[in-house]
Amino acid sequence: MKNPNKISSRDVTPADVYFNRRTFIRAGILAASAVATGVAYRHLNPVAAGKVNTPVIPGITKPNVATADAAGFRVDEPETSLEDITHYNNFYEFSTDKEGVAPAAEGFETKGWQVSVEGLVKKPRVFDLDDLLKISPPEERIYRMRCVEAWSMVIPWVGFSLSKLLDVVEPLGSAHYVAFETLLDPKRMPGQRSDVLDWPYVEGLRMDEAMHPLTILASGIYGRALPPQDGAPIRLVVPWKYGFKGIKSVVKIKLVADQPRTTWSAYAPNEYGFYANVNPHVDHPRWSQATEQRIGESGRRPTLMFNGYEEQVGHLYAGMDLRTNF
Amino acid sequence: MKENDIRFIKLLILVNGVVPLALLIWDQSHNKLGANPQNFLILTTGMMTLIFLVLTMAVTPLRKITGWNWLIQFRRMLGLYAFFYGCLHFLCFFSLDRGFSISSTLTEMVKRKYLIVGSTALIAMIPLAVTSTNAMIKRLGGKRWRALHRLAYVAVIAGVIHYYMQVKADVRQPLVFAVVLAVLLGYRLMEYWRRPKPVMAAPATANPKSGT
Repeated sequence: MKNPNKISSRDVTPADVYFNRRTFIRAGILAASAVATGVAYRHLNPVAAGKVNTPVIPGITKPNVATADAAGFRVDEPETSLEDITHYNNFYEFSTDKEGVAPAAEGFETKGWQVSVEGLVKKPRVFDLDDLLKISPPEERIYRMRCVEAWSMVIPWVGFSLSKLLDVVEPLGSAHYVAFETLLDPKRMPGQRSDVLDWPYVEGLRMDEAMHPLTILASGIYGRALPPQDGAPIRLVVPWKYGFKGIKSVVKIKLVADQPRTTWSAYAPNEYGFYANVNPHVDHPRWSQATEQRIGESGRRPTLMFNGYEEQVGHLYAGMDLRTNF
Repeated sequence: MKENDIRFIKLLILVNGVVPLALLIWDQSHNKLGANPQNFLILTTGMMTLIFLVLTMAVTPLRKITGWNWLIQFRRMLGLYAFFYGCLHFLCFFSLDRGFSISSTLTEMVKRKYLIVGSTALIAMIPLAVTSTNAMIKRLGGKRWRALHRLAYVAVIAGVIHYYMQVKADVRQPLVFAVVLAVLLGYRLMEYWRRPKPVMAAPATANPKSGT
């Protein structure tokens, strides 16, 4: 007796081949589409990474731990990695994407950089960068950096107190504020071609804030010259204030009588104040400032008053209502 | 479209929808989410929610323009993916941003406008997900089911506003979502105004005949 299964299986063969081909093509489409989705995802979510090869700054003096701790020159918390410090930046002159700043700023030319120090001073002067950096030996300052967006880092800066520069130009008695300005050059700073902010970026400090020893002009991090994405070749660092006060790539410092206009507070006066002191008790209107994401850590940290520098700077604001003067 | 093809396209959507999540998990386990992985996870899951919500909204206009009625069969999957990523988005916020603290999550949620709007979007999706099964459609009846599922408009509009509200200054990305959504919703409005309304039309044609 013939096995009926054998006959039917022979008949079915072509359909089987057809089915297999179909399955094969479908598997191909499935795989190709998944790869395409993956590529699209990668393209839309680039993660920045890379090395920093800027020159090493010679002759950096380390703060004396015994005395510097009291002055806040050296915070005793783990330092954020150089990789993170240089690939997670707010620098709208290059990109509004924090991970996109480093690639966009690559190759930013700072040759022939000058800083004009002017206004209400006895000796206004346009400094070549090299001359400016000679004013005082480079010091290491390990500061907390608290962004207004509720994340933070610990950064080993290289720089010196702004007061040293101000002493050189001799401010007049009528100078009550210091106004700072970033380079305006849309060719070198592509972000300036969009009108997301009012260019050039401007910032300001009250005279006593500017003269405080914690306020520094920084030209390096981790012993190396600042890479472009962190504000090359010279920037301001005010550790007890939100990061946006630390204006980058400074070309002008002007001593003035009245409180100067500052970029973010002009953009949204109800959200960003002139003082912008780190304050866990005064929330940003849209989000809480009570805690912060320390970059490189998993949990959140409580945010400290004046970013932990209350002992050093609290007296500057004695009697001021920090809710209205946020 | 053959049933077999429909099933294949569903598989395509299923696989492609899970690709971003797979890459997120892969990158997370390889420490490749950048300097602020917590923020990256929250942002990306939120973005995926919006993308799937907008895709869900694109089905009906696309179906009407192309005449490919079979497209409707994929809408449920897209919507469920939106809900899935929305839940992940919330879980990321709850765990990474609020440290699993229910009280701090709730306080923040009622205090921050963008969180109120975002929660509205997510909560609006819950009944949609629950009633997404065939059995539920039958139980509710087509008319009531369709009425309930208009909540999808609330979810997607609130979702886009939620994104827009928390951007610091560069609103270009949320605006792209808003424009695409405006086109998709605008198409519906246009359709609505172009068609004679059945409720209005019925008495007008019925009256002469019924009148004695």
